[in-house]
Amino acid sequence: MSEVVTANGFKLDTSGKRVVVDPICRIEGHLRIEVNVDEHNVIRNAVSTGNMWRGIEIILKGRDPRDAWAFTQRICGVCTGVHALTSVRAVEDALGIEIPANANHIRNLMMLAQQTQDHLVHFYHLHALDWVDVVSALEADPKRTSELQRSISNWPKSSPGYFRDVKMRLKRFVESGQLGPFANAYWGSPAYKLPPEANLMAVAHYLEALDFQREIVRIHTIFGGRNPHPNWIVGGMPCAFSLNGDGGINMEWLNVVSSIIDRAITFVDQVYIPDLKAVASFYKDWARIGRGLAGTNMLSYGEYPRVANDWSQENMLQPGGAIIDGDLSQVHEVDLRDPEQIQEFVAHSWYRYPDEQKGLHPWDGVTEPHFELGPKAKGSRTRIEQLDEGAKYSFIKAPRWKGHPMEVGPLARYVVAYARGDEEIKAQVDGLLHDLDLPLEALFSTLGRTAARGLECSWAAHKMREVFDALMANLRAGDTATANMEKWEPESWPLETKGVGHVEAPRGSLGHWVHIRAGRIENYQAVVPTTWNASPRDPAGNIGAYEAALLGTPMADPEQPLEILRTIHSFDPCLACSTHVMAEDGRELTTIKVR
Amino acid sequence: MKGLDETSETLILGIGNLLWADEGFGVRCVEALDADFCFGDETRLMDGGTQGMFLLPWVSNTEKLLIFDAIDFGLPPGELRVIEDDDVPRYMGAKKISMHQTGFQEVLAAARLLNDRPRRLALVGVQPERLDDYGGGLRESVRRRIPDAIGAACGVLRSWKVPFHARSSSRVDKEPTSLEPVGVAGNG
Repeated sequence: MSEVVTANGFKLDTSGKRVVVDPICRIEGHLRIEVNVDEHNVIRNAVSTGNMWRGIEIILKGRDPRDAWAFTQRICGVCTGVHALTSVRAVEDALGIEIPANANHIRNLMMLAQQTQDHLVHFYHLHALDWVDVVSALEADPKRTSELQRSISNWPKSSPGYFRDVKMRLKRFVESGQLGPFANAYWGSPAYKLPPEANLMAVAHYLEALDFQREIVRIHTIFGGRNPHPNWIVGGMPCAFSLNGDGGINMEWLNVVSSIIDRAITFVDQVYIPDLKAVASFYKDWARIGRGLAGTNMLSYGEYPRVANDWSQENMLQPGGAIIDGDLSQVHEVDLRDPEQIQEFVAHSWYRYPDEQKGLHPWDGVTEPHFELGPKAKGSRTRIEQLDEGAKYSFIKAPRWKGHPMEVGPLARYVVAYARGDEEIKAQVDGLLHDLDLPLEALFSTLGRTAARGLECSWAAHKMREVFDALMANLRAGDTATANMEKWEPESWPLETKGVGHVEAPRGSLGHWVHIRAGRIENYQAVVPTTWNASPRDPAGNIGAYEAALLGTPMADPEQPLEILRTIHSFDPCLACSTHVMAEDGRELTTIKVR
Repeated sequence: MKGLDETSETLILGIGNLLWADEGFGVRCVEALDADFCFGDETRLMDGGTQGMFLLPWVSNTEKLLIFDAIDFGLPPGELRVIEDDDVPRYMGAKKISMHQTGFQEVLAAARLLNDRPRRLALVGVQPERLDDYGGGLRESVRRRIPDAIGAACGVLRSWKVPFHARSSSRVDKEPTSLEPVGVAGNG
């Protein structure tokens, strides 16, 4: 087969050799990427597939909707809490429940803490190793590393002695031969561009971030009782305040929260952001790689309602909307209830629909698994060597907004807010582009995704302070209510009702749609961020965001698919969410196959 | 704020997935150990589940770590092995039979890199018979080795001079329990 042009305008050519990367995530999930490269090792076709099935929708049928959050939260323990919040919002929407102001502030605070921690962990622990050569750090001069550190930030851990110590620990570690988190990488590849001193500085911050990130989510422990998987409740939050007593969250605990917020702001602004700029300055070529749907089709639902129960974009700390066909002058309103807007297709997914040419709105969604390989697939059902993307090829459905595949995530949120003229976000973006001497177009890239995540981490850390202050003002005014239990009892519910809840999770737009009948869940559908980004093709022939972003990428060596990892990791893939239950072939380590 | 303190002199950790047949061995062992023995404040018993990197704060802040887990040693089902110190990470990563092991080998590596902890390490592992029986509980070949695993663990703990004593058999109630599920006491 020679070149074809997809419905959304991308050229595909499957004639070159096939490269398979499986799995591709550093922590959670089962994502597989297959690409075809031409004679110059440039990617000309890309196939994204989730090879696990998530059955949570089926588990939820017939259950009490007040319990749904606890089940959906177990979809994943990485961006913990996001599914639970989406679920309680969906059920509250269905039942017409309004939550108290404190519950809204606490939920915002917990989501901002999640965003801060998740982005920090992604940058240092899941993505940095795509850019930082750990082994090269062993050649660094600690004194010059100290000078580099002091030139980019006021962070106190900057002495030559400190970096000497980190280097010694790293040396002993590498010599032990048990690389742990640093295994399965491509150390020494010419694709790594940082000087040894920058690598050593980044390794030091990798370790500091590992130690610090757990501090941030203690905010979940304090308000939600535990982490991962804090507690939630339909109608508000299941915590009580007792400011001067011991019968709930008191001033002592609130002071702990306040101090965590201060330290998070300091760490992000003095370590993460300077590192991001330092690393980006060596990889500016990645501002021209990995564009895909970025700047063209991007979606954000909007997040962090300032005032409880008002879902208008004007009320959001981070306003959302949709951008279509690259027109940044117009941000479209997104209606999650409109049956014509968000639809999921399964023509190329391992599910069955009554009519597979048509999409289904999530309220009418069907989750009926149907695993079958296409006629051109190679290998067996339990050991797939090569997928046939002309047929069904993924356990991920293909969600579309008004028929368009969309990119979601921090970059989508930033581009939408920028297009809406949000001043804080615009100032952050323009400042970073100025410092790196890059044009606005540079955002629409692998580097842009990674940069937007860093900016959002800083934004979220600062917003925690704003939300915390609003919470304290409300508490001091004497309002300590955390939950509205007026409609707790099923007797107060209508016989039949539908609701939708949404959250801007660390990885992007997350929606849950619930249909309640006679006090039980009749149908439940979750459309998660990675479903949008890792989407397979649809019946119209549109390719998904990952697939589009890989096209045109030159690879130095297909046996070392660092370039694929960089671009896919820039989306922060998390496949536990998109798919579930391990497949028979899901147990092996990373395999790279070139055919 | 005691609930947020992750340090301990000795951490006894059962890891694995109770819903996944013999994968639940580690957790069942630490429960059994807790039912039979009392430990001092400097020792923490923990159901680590499949938490992976979430366990790092505890693992990187303990001097001695004893792990119970199901390990694919390539032996007949129910065979028990005790592995110590530098050999432990190798076994935990040699043949990954479960998602949590990828995570746990990395936890050990990160703890070493971060804090040079733990100083002493032991793994009491059993060869599982069956994993893919969701919700099925332990197979008999594995379940009957729990007392032996407890005995082996006690031997290791004695050699480490960890103080503990048997709960009185005449006592009906098993509390006070020192078993702490991950996260309840505040974690990260």
